[in-house]
Amino acid sequence: MAGVDACSIAGKFQTPKQRFEVVVVGAGPAGAQAAIDAARDGKHVLLVDENPVAAGLIGLDVPLYYGGRATAAVQNRGRMLEQVFGANPLLEQAFEAGVEVLLGTCAWGAFVNGPGLNALPEPVVGLADEEKSWLCGFERLILATGARDLALSFAGWDQPGVMGANALHALLTRYEAFAGRRIVVLGSGALALSTALLALDQGIEVAAIVEVRDHAQGPAELVARVEAAGVPILTSHVASKARGGADGVETVVLVSTSDPASAPVEIACDTICQAIGLIPAVELLDVLGAKLTFDGARGGHVPALLGETGTSLPNVFVLGDCAGVAVGAAGADYALDWMRALMAAGDPSTIVCQCEEVTQAALLGVKHPAYLGPVSEGMARRDLGALSTDGPINQDQIKRLTRACMGTCQARRCREQVALMLSLSTQTPLSAIPLMGYRAPVRPLPLNVLADAEEGLEMSAGWDVWFGIPSQWIPYQDIGTDREARHVAALGGNMHL
Amino acid sequence: MSGTNGASVVVIGGGVTGLSAAWWLARSGVSVLVLDKGIVGWEASGRNGGGASHYHSPLFHEEQRLWPQMDGLLGYSTEYRRERIIVALTPEQLAHYQYVASMHREFGYRVDDLDARQVREAVPLAGDNAIGGIHVFFGGHANPQRTVQAYAWALQDLGGRIVQHAAVTGIKVEGGRATAVSTTRGEFGLDSLVVAAGPQSGMLLAPLGVDLPLAPARAEMIVTEPAPLMAIGGVDGNGLYGRQTLRGNLAYGGGPHEWIDVDETGPKARPSTPLLRNLSRRVAELLPKAAHLRVIRSWAGVVENTPDGRPVIERLASPENVTITTMSGVGFGLSPASGHAIRDLVLDGACSFADLEKLSLKRFAGLPADWRRERGWEPAVMQAGAAETTVPVAGPNVAE
Repeated sequence: MAGVDACSIAGKFQTPKQRFEVVVVGAGPAGAQAAIDAARDGKHVLLVDENPVAAGLIGLDVPLYYGGRATAAVQNRGRMLEQVFGANPLLEQAFEAGVEVLLGTCAWGAFVNGPGLNALPEPVVGLADEEKSWLCGFERLILATGARDLALSFAGWDQPGVMGANALHALLTRYEAFAGRRIVVLGSGALALSTALLALDQGIEVAAIVEVRDHAQGPAELVARVEAAGVPILTSHVASKARGGADGVETVVLVSTSDPASAPVEIACDTICQAIGLIPAVELLDVLGAKLTFDGARGGHVPALLGETGTSLPNVFVLGDCAGVAVGAAGADYALDWMRALMAAGDPSTIVCQCEEVTQAALLGVKHPAYLGPVSEGMARRDLGALSTDGPINQDQIKRLTRACMGTCQARRCREQVALMLSLSTQTPLSAIPLMGYRAPVRPLPLNVLADAEEGLEMSAGWDVWFGIPSQWIPYQDIGTDREARHVAALGGNMHL
Repeated sequence: MSGTNGASVVVIGGGVTGLSAAWWLARSGVSVLVLDKGIVGWEASGRNGGGASHYHSPLFHEEQRLWPQMDGLLGYSTEYRRERIIVALTPEQLAHYQYVASMHREFGYRVDDLDARQVREAVPLAGDNAIGGIHVFFGGHANPQRTVQAYAWALQDLGGRIVQHAAVTGIKVEGGRATAVSTTRGEFGLDSLVVAAGPQSGMLLAPLGVDLPLAPARAEMIVTEPAPLMAIGGVDGNGLYGRQTLRGNLAYGGGPHEWIDVDETGPKARPSTPLLRNLSRRVAELLPKAAHLRVIRSWAGVVENTPDGRPVIERLASPENVTITTMSGVGFGLSPASGHAIRDLVLDGACSFADLEKLSLKRFAGLPADWRRERGWEPAVMQAGAAETTVPVAGPNVAE
């Protein structure tokens, strides 16, 4: 007859205390409108948005690349809540439509049964505010999680004042909490040009737009507006370094990519805004086990779409930028062009992973981290080339060996550029480098926030260090002796070592 | 050996046990080839707690003898650190740990009992809820992925070969001996074969008439951002196993496992679950001064268990040139010693340093076919209303 394993996960998860027919993650235009429409359709709807993001996370460049250029205003929770509400008229409509709206609430995971997992009583999304976490059941999950910033490294990028375009948009419009006054924009596509125009509109000085290619990339109309505002567009140039002081960036040094003999240009600025690309925020989809596909024209690793909004999971849908950003036909080539030029103009000692302080040389040399001391003779012979003779390049493997992308920012600042560097250094198409997996929690949350404060007895009663198999831990020489029973009685299935 | 691609010894499985065995064989001058369906150490070998203190095993003394030497022997860092402290929060936990300590002492190893004050002195992140503990002066912990790669590189440095992304499709037997292994990347001839393929080992051996009963399961861990380094990073207790890494991160696992099925290609996915909240709770209880630390990752790994949870390390009677091994979910820490044992079995026919008789497959003779069902070790049936059974619903009726 069938036995019961008291230590297995079967029956351990309680049904969630909160449940909605529709849960929408992200209250941007796409998500908020979806929530309103679902509520008007008679559905019981929850709309969560992580804004206002806690100041501590902003300091970690989570979820966007704020680059240390948020003002102290972000520490005023009440003011930020008013800002977020005031900046998004759809939120009031959502309240009126009967949507349950939770601001300052992030979705750190989402879980459905599938291959290798059958233990969930129902599909759940993991939510958290600053004090606690909880699980919320759903029938339909709509992800409108937007996009985050593509960050690329150059000497001096690891100081306050180097940031991303989406973060600048957020600080200027959603929070009104941007600390910079004079910016240089890297990139000249539609994203970069609209970012420059927004900054000008907000009274920020735009010292220059820098383009690695030989002509501005964005629509002619935007180029004309930027030029009319007197902003120079330096084409065939790339940042070689940022100089700065205690408060971060003070100048950016630009070098020509077409004329090595020409003198570097140094421009005074307090902020260097990277507006080269956006990355669809697919973290929750990967945690869910939804199928992702590489599409350079849509911003890299994006959901495999079923129709316009469906995913490979029947009850999970995507809307807005997380479904793919319109990069255009050039696709990933544009980011590769930038990365190639930055590497050529830069220095192998440049930090690539800021959290773990991994240099470009250590990454491409597949060296162990500095805290393990000098590399051995054998390690000195190892590099990316040697590793690639063993098999196709895998970013997850290189992450574990070098620690690049293993830090507290959860690789938001280095995930894509490491892939670009691996692609360029091994002549591997970017599309052939497997996605480095996203893992829950997709926001870095404290142990005491994530902790299940209302854990059920079924979980604690059946908790064992390992598998709870008493015979596993009997000392070998005692197997088959009368000491066996005594050990089983004392140890249960536990070893505790 | 047959086939030009082969080697004197072919090892199926580039996990920590197979790689250690291959490295030991290469140290003896044997031509050796490791086949893996994916990347070395990609399953449980590279994603476990890293503990190296297994008093219950016949390989225990060899494990303890070898670990302090491994960085030097391999030529690459494993991040090995000696000693452990086990912190008790309840009288039951303390009694349990003290019982374990008494067994260690019987083996002749030093373990000190700690009172609450001594625990807090030795473990700066512990709190007032600690009532005592034990300090183990042997054992320790290492970095799993770094150690697996160290074995792989050390093996290559000795002239051994590793072929990754080569899934084994069959073992060729002629005249009562294994002669070659067929893979998705061709056939490899051999004089001797080592099967160390984790959960897949049973399926690979079945066509040879060898019944190796294994049940695969998924287990989970979490990791925090770095904390200031404690003098002894091997700290656990409170229902957890784990360690502080040399970088400072707290990496912990424990709690319920999920029985699953895998096929010859291995796990289809390794999802982690909301269990990370229950793990977070226990880490915050164990180390209250770290409760503010942010969790930055979780992950799951798939391990296999035999019916009694004990390893099988055995050279078969037939085919007599085949040595099989499963460490039944406890393989990482014992790997320096298990590799040595396998080397001895392959080359000499017997282990030179330990008796392995009680780990023979013959203990499972007469095991009923439905042994997994008897133990409740079968995968759960998909719950009603769960994702994959949901009837497709209409998409949201909105434009972007």
